[in-house]
Amino acid sequence: MNHLNLSRYEGEWLSFAQTVEAEGGKKVLSCYQCGKCSAGCPLSFAMEQQPHQVMRMVQLGLSDRALQSPTIWRCAGCFTCTTRCPRGVDIAGVMSALRVIALARNVRTSRRAQAFHKVFLSLIKRYGRINEFELVVRYKLASMNLFQDLDLGLRMFMQGKLKPPRGIAGVRQVRALFRHEKGGGKRSGLRLLPGLQLTRHREGV
Amino acid sequence: MGYAYYPGCSLHGTAKEYDMSSRACLDFLGIQYRELPDWSCCGASSAHSVDHTLAVSLPARNLTLAEQMNLPLMTPCAACYSRLRGAHHALRSDPGLAKKVLTVLGSEYKGRYEPLSILDVLYQYGPEAVGEKVTKKLKELRVACYYGCLLLRPPDYAKFDDPENPGKMERLVETTGASAVDWPHRTECCGASLSLSDTKLVVSLATSIVDMAVRHGAECIVTACPMCQANLDMRQRGRTKLPVYYVTELLGLAFGLEPKRLGLTTHMVNAISLLRAKQLA
Ligand code: SF4
Ligand code: SF4
Repeated sequence: MNHLNLSRYEGEWLSFAQTVEAEGGKKVLSCYQCGKCSAGCPLSFAMEQQPHQVMRMVQLGLSDRALQSPTIWRCAGCFTCTTRCPRGVDIAGVMSALRVIALARNVRTSRRAQAFHKVFLSLIKRYGRINEFELVVRYKLASMNLFQDLDLGLRMFMQGKLKPPRGIAGVRQVRALFRHEKGGGKRSGLRLLPGLQLTRHREGV
Repeated sequence: MGYAYYPGCSLHGTAKEYDMSSRACLDFLGIQYRELPDWSCCGASSAHSVDHTLAVSLPARNLTLAEQMNLPLMTPCAACYSRLRGAHHALRSDPGLAKKVLTVLGSEYKGRYEPLSILDVLYQYGPEAVGEKVTKKLKELRVACYYGCLLLRPPDYAKFDDPENPGKMERLVETTGASAVDWPHRTECCGASLSLSDTKLVVSLATSIVDMAVRHGAECIVTACPMCQANLDMRQRGRTKLPVYYVTELLGLAFGLEPKRLGLTTHMVNAISLLRAKQLA
């Protein structure tokens, strides 16, 4: 059995829960562990740590466990949990807050999902809109996952669904919005070839 | 009056048939709309996983553009709908965040109009009024209406219908003469946001949703979300494959519009053969 020395975390617990709340994880301290969120979660079968367990980790200030949990990247953001929680906890919001904090602290647990989000945002920053063609190509480079869905891509191309990217006129204004992003524009060393840069990161923490 | 039309990125790419059929239906019904000029991406499912402020500021730019046109913003995409509604809600309830975001944008936001889904717009037009325009009844077509997540949840701001037991899509679809089957997975998540990063998992979710529709007698699925449509269309692996239509494709068909004009030829699971078999196309 795993033992946990809670006294080690004294002092940190409240501040971690507050950080999570500030990032949009509303009312995480109100959770009373009924398990309803986990019972209705469509991805729970693929989660080692269930959503209610992650809520508990946050409450106890077990920040390293919560941030390293693959659960936060398995969560599809469907809001079933948030809709049903009898205590008004925004569980889906807690999950995305944990993803935000994990990215900001460089906790690399799910390289693929993290690569996807980074590529996605780098494209918004560059063009103001997402070009799905470039999104898929760059994501595949970033995740070294080149051959999956090649057939689908080819069919879409033939159907005229994948087009070359074009920027919008207001792209500067969109870029300005990124200056508020944590770590400023700098952390997004995403600027030129985000995909390729990301492949250099090692997996694990 | 009319609406500011926000297609969103998918509708300019993989979901172009949703854009085509939405415009065709709005034109046919005489609902006025103008594409929001120089619209930008709403951030979709990535912004809120990377930065809380960005998740509000990216959609906010579009909200302020629509407000400058003095028109309610309307979008066919359920994911954009969710991001736009969430930002609208945040700008109105969190003055600190609103100030930060609006300063960068250099504009104001009063939030006079709530952002709408195209389903809201069709519903405001009225299911009966829509039904009166139907010239080709889609009789004997058994449809599973699939809401997915973002039109309904979180109920704080996504208020299209009852989050656990919705019925508006069925009402709209039944105006075409099709019958909506009663089935349990209408609001289950298909995992679309993980479609690229966790494909195996998503195949199992999509397949179980489609199988459930098959078991309840559906011949096709209808949805109002480009993520759900693409995901169910591409990732189903069950023995019986079901075509996945956009609501506006079926409505357009019932209005007597050309299948090609509605984009019905650009699906992954053949979307025409079922209609041909029923002599509907
Ligand atoms: S449903 Fe709410 S109160 Fe119950 S375990 Fe989940 S977060 Fe906690
Ligand atoms: S939002 Fe995430 S944790 Fe909540 S039910 Fe959906 S997948 Fe599960």
